[in-house]
Amino acid sequence: MSEEARKPAGRKKFELDPKLSEYRGIWVFVEHERGVVHGVSWELMGEGRKLADKLGVELSAVVMGSPADDPRKFCREAFVYGADKCYLIEDALLKNYRNQPFTKGLTDLVNAYKPEILLLGATTLGRDLAGSVATTLKTGLTADCTELNIDAEIRSLLATRPTFGGSLLCTIQTLNYRPQMATVRPRVMAMPQRDESRSGAIIEATLSLLETDIVTKVLDFIPDENSNKVNLAYADIIVSGGKGLKKQENFQLVRDLARVLGAEVGATRPVVQSGWVEAERQVGQTGKTVRPKLYIAAGISGAIQHRVGMDSSDVIVAINSDPNAPIFDFATYGIVGNAMTILPALTEAFRKELHGRKAVVA
Amino acid sequence: MLHIVVCIKQVPDSAQIRVHPVTNTIMRQGVPAIINPYDLYALEEALRIKDKFGAYVTVITMGPPQAENALRKALSFGADDAILVTDRAFAGADTLATSFALASAIGQIEKNMPVDLVFCGKQTIDGDTAQVGPGIAKRLELELLTYISSIESVNAAKREIVVQRRSEGGVQVLKTRLPSLITMLEGSNEMRFATMPNMIRAAKTKVSRWDRVAAGIEDVSNIGLKGSPTVVSKVFAPSPKTVKAEMVQTESNDPQDLAASLLMRMFTKFPQVREEIARSAN
Ligand SMILES: Cc1cc2nc3c(=O)[nH]c(=O)nc-3n(C[C@H](O)[C@H](O)[C@H](O)COP(=O)(O)OP(=O)(O)OC[C@H]3O[C@@H](n4cnc5c(N)ncnc54)[C@H](O)[C@@H]3O)c2cc1C
Ligand SMILES: Nc1ncnc2c1ncn2[C@@H]1O[C@H](COP(=O)(O)O)[C@@H](O)[C@H]1O
Repeated sequence: MSEEARKPAGRKKFELDPKLSEYRGIWVFVEHERGVVHGVSWELMGEGRKLADKLGVELSAVVMGSPADDPRKFCREAFVYGADKCYLIEDALLKNYRNQPFTKGLTDLVNAYKPEILLLGATTLGRDLAGSVATTLKTGLTADCTELNIDAEIRSLLATRPTFGGSLLCTIQTLNYRPQMATVRPRVMAMPQRDESRSGAIIEATLSLLETDIVTKVLDFIPDENSNKVNLAYADIIVSGGKGLKKQENFQLVRDLARVLGAEVGATRPVVQSGWVEAERQVGQTGKTVRPKLYIAAGISGAIQHRVGMDSSDVIVAINSDPNAPIFDFATYGIVGNAMTILPALTEAFRKELHGRKAVVA
Repeated sequence: MLHIVVCIKQVPDSAQIRVHPVTNTIMRQGVPAIINPYDLYALEEALRIKDKFGAYVTVITMGPPQAENALRKALSFGADDAILVTDRAFAGADTLATSFALASAIGQIEKNMPVDLVFCGKQTIDGDTAQVGPGIAKRLELELLTYISSIESVNAAKREIVVQRRSEGGVQVLKTRLPSLITMLEGSNEMRFATMPNMIRAAKTKVSRWDRVAAGIEDVSNIGLKGSPTVVSKVFAPSPKTVKAEMVQTESNDPQDLAASLLMRMFTKFPQVREEIARSAN
């Protein structure tokens, strides 16, 4: 998108093309892989619920999968997270994600049931699918949003996303096109509460495709070695280190604290670029978005590109030797000092605290 | 011989962009223009296929006249031909309109020499949408292969390609037909250095300039601002959090005291953090 070339549109009176006013309701695409729904789908369900209530329309889930995945159970989960309806395509061709059958299935559903808003996670799968579906339907798509809202008067989705490396935000609308599409990164929206009493209607559709129609074949799937180990985006406690730790050996102090807390280890981009830790551990605009209950940042300046990935953490503790470091502008607690001495002291203090509690329990 | 088209975009070096503190506008003066870093992985991968199997590599960009510099740079790395698609009518294009224009231009390229592979970067650092690649693929009915981390084999005779694709939690090995469109993952290779002969050739090669008619676009309703379903309705600075950190200090300011003081304050105000730690440390 070339926002730079475009001036913000003036507030002219807008009227929706009557042909498009039959598009109603909000859809969330439910992404799952190897039997597990990606958390971003439920986060979007929570957000979709709010938008649907503002528009006074139904919220629907879209589930596509092979019978082996038992996709019907994902529909039931979707109701628990706020959906009123679930559109379901169950077909063995949907066993592994492939662009062609998923694009066909989702596009056909949209053309048949006409939702006004369609939301997907900004994951590798979601971005692949969203771009293809938007082009096939010739409609607008706003990628990687951080905030969604509704202009109820003109039934328009207000999709806000960072631009120019996060230094500015822009709100984008898709006016005379339907559906209005947007993708949102994992962990940007909060996880909604479950409501076990909820249920809804499942609407089944078929995928009119044969395996021989599908050009791309999946030869193999190689799971990541540490895919079950590094789950930064969904960690509840994270200890992160920045360039202020000076050298790779000192990064061990971050790991030591993380071990005592049962926390995941995070890092800034320069730390990843220096090869101190794996790329999966980068937090920020070009890394992961996280929202743990506790985020401890040691030797991190708090640059905007790092901040956008972590400032929805519940409690942020910052350790920095510079009292004017930007991180102190948004942390919950700040300690001015040398991370190389504060980190071991914290590790010790938490260890004592935890042992103290254990002794009481025993 | 294989014909590969690589889509590159000239972008401002976002590491050097500053926002004017009062007017919230982008201060571009003096910000150098670079080839979108992600597109270099695409170009390098195309050049590797050329080295291995023999291929003709055409680079294409849609942008203002000065984007020609990006194309010359690509020629100096070893691309064979370069096309600049430039027309005032393209201004204000969003991803749908951009992919329409590029797809149409690639359609014109194809008239001279069939295209087997189109390469794009994973995303741009200014637009950052990762949608232009999928858009081009759908319009030209190319097989779409996004987030490709490596190309295992290209069989020109059987018109088959095998690639590794990054997906959530693992890598898919996919086999598909040519023509296809690949968006290349970062870190998958490293851009070569320009060689002296290529630099000389790049300086001499004529970069073709195509306006919208040359790019095969008659109808202006699909391009530029008119062809863009999305409109930017507001640009603003993130609202700074007004609450600053509560600073933890002690008389001695020695690490043990600071640590103890932090724990006491934090656990008093946020007992749920204490519970979380007790749970996860087990
Ligand atoms: C397009 C783009 C995307 C980017 N994406 C990301 C991203 O996703 N994630 C990311 O993190 N960054 C990203 N960056 C980089 C970002 O702009 C910053 O450069 C980076 O976050 C800074 O990392 P740092 O805080 O570790 O290092 P520095 O900025 O070098 O800060 C080090 C800090 O440590 C403090 N310090 C020094 N010594 C000590 C000590 N002994 N004890 C305690 N503190 C000490 C210093 O006061 C300083 O505040 C991106 C940049 C660009 C241009
Ligand atoms: N104006 C353009 N000219 C040529 N290629 C482009 C242009 N815009 C985007 N691309 C290609 O599409 C990819 C994805 O761009 P984007 O959707 O903007 O993130 C880029 O990495 C480029 O390969």
